[in-house]
Amino acid sequence: MSGLQIVVCGSLVPDPLQTLEPATTPTGPGLKNELMLPAVLDPWAGHALYEAANLAKSHPGTKVYLVSVGPKAKLQQLMMNIAQKVPFELVAVDASASGFTDPFEVASALAGAIEKIPGLDRSRLLLFGGCSSASRDAGVTLQLVGEKLGITDQFLGVDELQLQGDGSFKVYERIEGGQYQVSTCQSAPAVLGWATGKLPIPPNNPQVGMQNMRAIMPALQKAAAVKVGAEGVTYDKVEVPNQRRETQIKKDLSVDEIARELVEWIRN
Amino acid sequence: MEKILYLAHTDSNGSLPKPALEALTAAMELSKKLGGASLSVGLIGASIDAAAQAIGGCGAAKLYGAAGAELGVSRYSTDAAAAEALAKAAGATLIVAPGTTRFARAIPGVTARLGGRIDTRVTGLLAEGNTLKVQRWYYRQRMMSTQSRAQRPWVLLVDSGVFPAYSGPASSPSVESVTVALPALKTKTLGVEQATTGPQTIRPDARMLLVAGAGWTKKQSDGQLHIKDAEALIINFLEKTRASLGSSKSLVDQTGEGHEVISILTHLNQIGQTGSTPRHAKGLSTCCHGEEPHAVGWRFINERRAINLDANCGWAQGKADVVYIADAFAVMKRVNELL
Repeated sequence: MSGLQIVVCGSLVPDPLQTLEPATTPTGPGLKNELMLPAVLDPWAGHALYEAANLAKSHPGTKVYLVSVGPKAKLQQLMMNIAQKVPFELVAVDASASGFTDPFEVASALAGAIEKIPGLDRSRLLLFGGCSSASRDAGVTLQLVGEKLGITDQFLGVDELQLQGDGSFKVYERIEGGQYQVSTCQSAPAVLGWATGKLPIPPNNPQVGMQNMRAIMPALQKAAAVKVGAEGVTYDKVEVPNQRRETQIKKDLSVDEIARELVEWIRN
Repeated sequence: MEKILYLAHTDSNGSLPKPALEALTAAMELSKKLGGASLSVGLIGASIDAAAQAIGGCGAAKLYGAAGAELGVSRYSTDAAAAEALAKAAGATLIVAPGTTRFARAIPGVTARLGGRIDTRVTGLLAEGNTLKVQRWYYRQRMMSTQSRAQRPWVLLVDSGVFPAYSGPASSPSVESVTVALPALKTKTLGVEQATTGPQTIRPDARMLLVAGAGWTKKQSDGQLHIKDAEALIINFLEKTRASLGSSKSLVDQTGEGHEVISILTHLNQIGQTGSTPRHAKGLSTCCHGEEPHAVGWRFINERRAINLDANCGWAQGKADVVYIADAFAVMKRVNELL
């Protein structure tokens, strides 16, 4: 299969090393100092992007788009890092990237942006994204976008995609019990929600970064502002449960003492 | 008044998987809590007779079935078509379904077709008066929300391990067969494969989780790598305890950093930010620092212990009950001997 058009949906999430606290905002729940928190590309969406770029490298004529819904200023910061990883064309939508937005509204914004991509050929379209976000963690947005675009071959929790020469492809999806469901699909279009994939995170490449940024800055400038919220949802309470434990630190036990204590604990 | 549809699919044996029986309990409780609510059942599978009989005593007013060879496999297009047909036949305003991988793939799209809304990974159902509220986590188990919705139909995918599995008397209920208009099938399911050819390491029903951190693959006190020794210790422990194995860091990260990896670990073993959030009674962390991106995957592990050389590791900061400051190679070797 050659000449694919791979559209990767992915946005920013707070750096997972940050401590997150809920806060009340005029539009509903949010995060304390949300706009100040360092952000990263949503990890599973990131893997989808790297897999897309890898496919593009080995299949000439393939183009990769990254469609991101997020605050324009934060997206710009994120792109300074992501742009150095792999070649892609950004399609930006200026809207909230909060986990407390509704996936239907996010999916509408994404589908609207994808439909406006000039020259997008849906018969060659593979819609990529993370199988779940690190913010809302619902795992539904991609399927909703797929439905809005009329794509009824969808896969979730994908770790491997093997393109065959006849335009078909083989997909490995994670299922329960540490197993893969293996399927074949005759042709694009299809939706693939990626899990970790098989590829390492690419190293930064300043040349790729410079090439990407030439198109990214204009894309950010013309990013349409869209209202994305959670209409119809009433949040009663958002809280961080107190999970701090009274940790006993045992420093002076011998290996044998520790082992005996652990075995007793395991058996009880 | 809510019209609740409990939706489930059969497994390859024609019975309902455990998460489906748990979701049935949730749906039954909900129908009792919401005044005037009715409960119906919708089943999808190659054959649904055995499943229908097994839950025939659940008290549902009506039972709908979508059966056929093409509905026996897990596939988006056929599952979505069947679920859509059942939901429309039942005229449901609330749909309660298990959060299995099969339904996690298909049901969001069904919600779009129905013009409804969906909440997944639901961990609690509350009824205040006649208002339904659900609990779910945000930001990968960092914060919990209690929320309600105005839109209908409202679809709820219930997390496994939250509700007890339904076990009631079997009966032979009458099933209303629903015709499903199947789309053209571009996708063919070939089957299921183990992630590795080695021993089975992921056991969702295990009492205990053993987490192997990246420290197992680092140079030890003698300045050498001991990855094969680590692998042998871990396999020996798993064989003796039947524990489930988790890893703290993505193999993708480790291979990207040029580290050799433990062969029995796959991406599926990863716990945390880009991995799973399993439910086990006990968890033992070894050679893992307990950083937040990993520790968020421990939200539903009750008793937690860790072995680490660093007394200031993340586990010691209120994330574990007990932290042993010791060499995990030596401790696990002795533990295996004692077991």
